[in-house]
Amino acid sequence: MSKHTLSVLVENKPGVLARIAALFSRRGFNIESLAVGETEHPEVSRMTVVVDVEDLPLEQVTKQLNKLVEVLKVVELEPSSAVQRQVMLIKVRADAATRSQVLEFVQMFRAKVVDVATESLTIEATGTSEKLTALLEVLEPFGVRELVQSGMVAIGRGPRSITDRALRSA
Amino acid sequence: MRTTDHATTARESGDPIVSETRPATPAALRPAPTPAQVAQQARAKTPVEVTGAQSLVLALEAMEVDTVFGIPGGTILPAYDPLLDSVKVRHILVRHEQGAGHAAEGYASATGKVGVCMATSGPGATNLVTPIADAYMDSVPVVAITGQVVSSAIGTDAFQEADIRGITMPITKHSYLVTDAADIPRVIAEAFHIASTGRPGPVLVDIPKDVLQSRTTFSWPPKVALPGYHPVTRPHGKQIREAARLIAAAKRPVLYVGGGVLRARASDELRHFVELTRIPVVTTLMARGALPDSHELHLGMPGMHGSVSAVTGLQKADLIVALGARFDDRVTGQLSTFAPHAKVVHADIDPAEISKNRTADVPIVGDCKAVITDLAEAVEADMEAGKGGDYSAWRTRVAGWKKTYPVGYTAPEGEALAPQYVIERLGAIAGPEAVYVAGVGQHQMWAAQFVGYERPNSWLNSGGLGTMGYSVPAAMGAQVGEPDRTVWAIDGDGCFQMTNQELATCVINNIPIKVAVINNSSLGMVRQWQTLFYNERYSNTDLHTSVGSRVPDFVKLADAYGCVGLRCERPEDVDDTIRTAMEVTDRPVVVDFVVERDAMVWPMVPAGVSNDLIQVARDTAPQWDREESEAMEQPTDADHDGR
Repeated sequence: MSKHTLSVLVENKPGVLARIAALFSRRGFNIESLAVGETEHPEVSRMTVVVDVEDLPLEQVTKQLNKLVEVLKVVELEPSSAVQRQVMLIKVRADAATRSQVLEFVQMFRAKVVDVATESLTIEATGTSEKLTALLEVLEPFGVRELVQSGMVAIGRGPRSITDRALRSA
Repeated sequence: MRTTDHATTARESGDPIVSETRPATPAALRPAPTPAQVAQQARAKTPVEVTGAQSLVLALEAMEVDTVFGIPGGTILPAYDPLLDSVKVRHILVRHEQGAGHAAEGYASATGKVGVCMATSGPGATNLVTPIADAYMDSVPVVAITGQVVSSAIGTDAFQEADIRGITMPITKHSYLVTDAADIPRVIAEAFHIASTGRPGPVLVDIPKDVLQSRTTFSWPPKVALPGYHPVTRPHGKQIREAARLIAAAKRPVLYVGGGVLRARASDELRHFVELTRIPVVTTLMARGALPDSHELHLGMPGMHGSVSAVTGLQKADLIVALGARFDDRVTGQLSTFAPHAKVVHADIDPAEISKNRTADVPIVGDCKAVITDLAEAVEADMEAGKGGDYSAWRTRVAGWKKTYPVGYTAPEGEALAPQYVIERLGAIAGPEAVYVAGVGQHQMWAAQFVGYERPNSWLNSGGLGTMGYSVPAAMGAQVGEPDRTVWAIDGDGCFQMTNQELATCVINNIPIKVAVINNSSLGMVRQWQTLFYNERYSNTDLHTSVGSRVPDFVKLADAYGCVGLRCERPEDVDDTIRTAMEVTDRPVVVDFVVERDAMVWPMVPAGVSNDLIQVARDTAPQWDREESEAMEQPTDADHDGR
């Protein structure tokens, strides 16, 4: 099994997310992360789906996605030629004794403190999932009280735009 | 449940409870223009003012829909009012929505046009789920129109509310929930386009009651916007040349023809290609009739109950050219041992079918008509250049299998009637111009084996989903679509009891189908498996329809419906009974063929094992002669290792 990042351009219509999520579950794929939002063209939404599958079933799911009437384009983004980012908010236990240590890690990871209380710090971190996992590892000993993370978003490097190309061929 | 009577509240008629105090809708107060008047205006291409319901009927008329099968109910009621006035669209009131769905399928499969069914929200819509799933599996172009509770009540668990769009998402090619009456013409046009192009399939259009009631304008043609829908129909020239190269190099090629060839209306092209290349052919359950059964290169049906020559032909092939087929498990048996020496050329209009089950060496995405035409040209060019393949030795071998192991049966002892004989005679007497529509089970397999199919779309059945109860309503739909043909439903006693209420529809609407109930008093196919794999422990497969008791008596049942009811129990009466049935043309006929109970479908490849283990009868494998087996032996042959 290996992780694959799919960028799926879809018509921005009600029910599309349900259709795509249902397709993944029906064909037996577990979605590891999912992020959806409008693109620079309001009539087009972009989903970034991270799945953990073998190559061959991935080809099948890509073909099935392409069959959906509201799907405009499916592109697999290679990590080497794409920028991938995820946002994580972590509420970590931090009192007077440990606060400075936590802050040191926050700095090292170029994360941000977005809320402070006497017993805790809430940290916002952005990055690849590897970086976020690493940050989480060093924060764990202090006591993670609450954790929330967004789906991964990803965009190809270089000047080319997949939305432009998708809309032109449509 | 879905009828309206004096006690009907506004809530039952699909409005939310608050509307009980509301006066009649404005639309009902105005004198509605008749569809003919509206159509006249519409032809002038000026938008006309109509209700959503009128817009729906006008759109159906504009799509040249001549028949809709359905049942009205609370939320779809507005659509039924203008439907009453339509002179172009005939609505046939069925007795169960499942019947409407299968009738639409039968209509579509027999004619190639889009079948249309209509139902109300909630239970009406959920009763359509089975035929929609059936149409999805067998790629039948169907548009299902359902009423939905009023927009403001959606999501409140309102009376007769079901999220039918959500429910049918995995079994439709596409689906719509119409939220604005102005969208109706566009949605209907798109639904028909999607259902009938590319790989055909069912499309659901769900319309809330208030949308049907609201005022809107109708103009035609609407602007269709499907930026994400571009089915590829023209095959890639490079792939065609590569396929032709493999065909020329092959020694033991087989054409594996599936239902896609019928959907693409490519029977003529197929025949030309077969005669050009002289490559042996198998036609799947969904493709029976794509090439005449009488054709010398036709090896029969492959798969679990396929002929020895078709199954073995594929197993021993060195090249399989799959045309509109999908390597279904009922064809391949155990996938890892299917056709182990064959390279695969796989042509299908649905890219997702290619390499889904069996990896293709040459994938070709395209419409079968175009693919076969292009392939024929490429192969012909090779032949003219003296590079054609030579398959004469192979043809001799497969012809030998075909001759030695024809599909047959052993007649039972004594007076008992063999089901296979009934079906064989039916096919012989009704002939190739008739349409044969089967249910699911033993009788379906015998009908696939013992009727000779000579023309496309003469054989309809539920292949993918295996829906018991398909036969009677689908035959009804086929008869409506092809009024001049004889339509025989070949049904089982189990299947028949699932949907025979549509005989009422047939009688009332003058749809004179003929039903041959192959009555073995059991769920025969399940019983066969109990005989073979469950030590003859017949758990819950006895239907009491002939052995011991007759519940129900099918002749009396036919009589009660106003059909002609006949019964036949002896071999010598079969021909006369069929002829008597053939003479009745003014009403449906039901023939209760009381057949021997222990007849089994052979050949058979037990589920999950290699197709090499095909049995022609119980515990009887084909006896390959020594030379034949030696010729087949190959060092890497993993055929018989039992994996």
